[in-house]
Amino acid sequence: MSAGAYNFAYLDEQTKRMIRRAILKAIAIPGYQVPFASREMPMPYGWGTGGVQVTAAIIGPDDVLKVIDQGSDDTTNAVSIRGFFVKTSGVATTTRTDAATVIQTRHRIPETPLAAGQILVYQVPIPEPLRFLEPRETETRTMHALEEYGLMHVKLYEDIARHGHIATTYAYPVKVAGRYVMDPSPTPKFDNPKMHRSPALQLFGAGREKRIYAIPPHTDVVSLDFEDHPFSVQEFDAPCALCGAEGVFLDEVIVDDAGGRMFVCSDSDHCEERRAAGHEGTLAGAPAWSGAAAAAATEDAS
Amino acid sequence: MTGPGAKGGPLLRASGITKFYGDRVGCRDIGFELWPGEVLAIVGESGSGKTTLLNCLATRVVPTAGVIEYRMRDGRMRDLHALSDAERRLLMRTDWGFVHQNPIDGLRMTVSAGGNVGERLMAVGERHYGHIRETATDWLGRVEIAADRVDDDPRSFSGGMRQRLQIARNLVTGPRLVFMDEPTGGLDVSVQARLLDLLRGLVADLGLSAIVVTHDLAVARLLSHRMLVMKGGEVIEEGLTDQVLDDPQAAYTQLLVSSILQV
Amino acid sequence: MYVAVKGGETAIRNAHDLLADRRRGDRAVPDLTLAQIVEQLALSVDRVMTEGSLYDRELAALAIKQARGDLIEAIFLVRAYRTTLPRFGAGEPVDTGAMRIERRISATFKDLPGGQLLGPTFDYTHRLIDFALAAEGETAPPAERQPAGEETPRVTDLLAAEGLVETSLAAAPEAEPGDLTRAPLEFPADRDLRLQNLARGDEGFLLALGYSTQRGYARSHPFAGEIRFGEVEVEFFAEDLGFAVPLGRIAVTECQMINQFKGSAKVPPQFTRGYGLVFGQSERKAIAMALVDRALRWQELGEELTAPAQDEEFVLSHSDNVQATGFVEHLKLPHYVDFQSELELVRRMRREQAAARVEEPGEDAREAAE
Repeated sequence: MSAGAYNFAYLDEQTKRMIRRAILKAIAIPGYQVPFASREMPMPYGWGTGGVQVTAAIIGPDDVLKVIDQGSDDTTNAVSIRGFFVKTSGVATTTRTDAATVIQTRHRIPETPLAAGQILVYQVPIPEPLRFLEPRETETRTMHALEEYGLMHVKLYEDIARHGHIATTYAYPVKVAGRYVMDPSPTPKFDNPKMHRSPALQLFGAGREKRIYAIPPHTDVVSLDFEDHPFSVQEFDAPCALCGAEGVFLDEVIVDDAGGRMFVCSDSDHCEERRAAGHEGTLAGAPAWSGAAAAAATEDAS
Repeated sequence: MTGPGAKGGPLLRASGITKFYGDRVGCRDIGFELWPGEVLAIVGESGSGKTTLLNCLATRVVPTAGVIEYRMRDGRMRDLHALSDAERRLLMRTDWGFVHQNPIDGLRMTVSAGGNVGERLMAVGERHYGHIRETATDWLGRVEIAADRVDDDPRSFSGGMRQRLQIARNLVTGPRLVFMDEPTGGLDVSVQARLLDLLRGLVADLGLSAIVVTHDLAVARLLSHRMLVMKGGEVIEEGLTDQVLDDPQAAYTQLLVSSILQV
Repeated sequence: MYVAVKGGETAIRNAHDLLADRRRGDRAVPDLTLAQIVEQLALSVDRVMTEGSLYDRELAALAIKQARGDLIEAIFLVRAYRTTLPRFGAGEPVDTGAMRIERRISATFKDLPGGQLLGPTFDYTHRLIDFALAAEGETAPPAERQPAGEETPRVTDLLAAEGLVETSLAAAPEAEPGDLTRAPLEFPADRDLRLQNLARGDEGFLLALGYSTQRGYARSHPFAGEIRFGEVEVEFFAEDLGFAVPLGRIAVTECQMINQFKGSAKVPPQFTRGYGLVFGQSERKAIAMALVDRALRWQELGEELTAPAQDEEFVLSHSDNVQATGFVEHLKLPHYVDFQSELELVRRMRREQAAARVEEPGEDAREAAE
């Protein structure tokens, strides 16, 4: 498969126009899932085909692309998708959130606040927030059309009745612009507040399920809750072990087989920026945790 | 009993209701009026068309012919089958109740009793967990389910409890009309008596209108003010319940009454 | 440690190099040629073409080679290639009645115009490992016979002439058949889209569903009215010329299933149909497809929905093995952000439960259900 044989950013222009029409419709009806003729992509369904098609449809030669998975630029799937766009479009890439014009993500929203003009593209496995309450597409579409969202609150009610609090921690449902209930993709609920009135455009692509939806800039995005059990986000007991950041989402890393563990930023770019600016956590400076050493060690492993 | 003199006119008016399944008659040319606070029983053997009629009235089945009008809360009579999906579904989850013969059809079996009762409240926008739970617990009390069962799901309930829970789930939004399909069917006789007692009390206290389908004349006797007797898809006799049961005119009704009221 | 969390470009490159090496295997063994795959693994090629929905034997063979014989992976490769191909239009419906037949059997009539033609089949072979194949040695050519030149009408056409089987609904001539690779599938789906979905669907999935209908989950009393395999002409209507021009011949297997139908007050009793059509030779897939097609028609025929094979949303949403394998295997992708969220919740709930247990020791007595 030689890159030269394919159009800029892989998809043909007809397909891109079709996807752009779906994106425009999605922006016009915030939170509404627009069916689109998802193409079969050269990567597997469930591995970001929706996000890749959205990015391919909107990206231009002057864009600067950042791709993250689990918040990190160098997880394997992020590397693979970034490589795909480098090969098929030749656009510039970056790991810096503030330098990117298009950011494709799986499961996280960057810690650095997004700015007007930036586009965040989410990879979505199951776009339908009601799917696990009602498996039928015909029925869930009716429920959206008639704004019948009582069942969603029954689920939250049951959580509280059983556990004393809402036990949904990721893919936490939100209401967009006071109308459609939407699945924010499997981001941790920690990231939900970042969607609210974001100056950036947020696009969601689900390839296998053939849906695109959007949150236009400055749109209200409210996490579902009860008045007396308001939505709240995860809190971590300790700051990032590497950069000392607080109020960010942390990954737990098991360091030995005796229960030893440490917590580090899930957003690898944010962590590196902070360390470059001189912030230090309790374990900062240990060379084994630097990106270069990581790559070298993996090389050895293979 | 509230008679035809009640102000504002009937709550529901059916005329010429006919339903065919292919060439087979479900029910044919049925008309009546239901007044606020009135309980109407539709009796007949299985296959008589009473459930078909009930499903037409509750907009669960589209009749082949005929018109069903309902007085909305704003006082206007509307053709039910001409309502939009949104209007009809709102009506069904606020102003109406539907009690199924088998409570499994009317309950969410994996959702707690509190969640089952609270669902309608949440559907119409209640967003305070404490209030929802309080209201649900209160309703459990009114249908004689102990408050400490509020977090249990109906799988652990007996048949009678499930049926009472289904009733609470329907009544929590203060509906004006409740449809009941053999509400005591499938229950032991002693459990039936307790449920009927409870239903009679609730209907009277809340001033509910109800349409009850039953093959059991004792149920009709205890609950209803008026009744329709159906056979072969048609109404063969109608009138005040006491009159029909004490002095049946149609031969078929006489047979029904004589075969059941011996006890 | 922390290293394990990060992948990196080097790791991916090395992994792919290793894959290429393992694909080739021992260099002392001669490399497989595409011709060998096309000729000797023909049924694998057929399956990859059918479920990849692209008729190209060489390309399918290459995909099989590249995929190390993993047919779903090969189907995936063909599909991804197919997406990028320009579309010139839709061909004319192929006329299977005019098929150049290599095999044709009917389970419903002992003899019929055109006759039964057993053709190349595993049927009636004894499934004994043929150790001679492991040794060198050529297979002798088969006996030959001149084609009789006899017409071979479809069994269903013979029955339809008497009105005993429903006529296939001739689509309105101006109606464009749907294409689920160009427009999102929406429910309820018409039969054209259902058949397209089934033709592309996973052989194993359809086999299991078709089998389930025979075991009573939406039983349809099927008879294999006819199964034929051979070559058909593909024609394309050329706008500039104003007539259809032949593009070439493709091999297909067609299954016309005849199913019992009791009729109703309005419709006299007659047989109904289920239809299966696949590229190349795959009777298993064609028969299974016909069974599932028939099961999915329950609504149109006034039957009850009782079984998975009838459930359109269930069947059509889960039949595609490229979609299924992608989503099932995506569980290999990192999910540590989600898992971290759940981990935090479970720890918190365990703490809360432990605290609650300390506060109110023993209160297990619970009123039983009445």
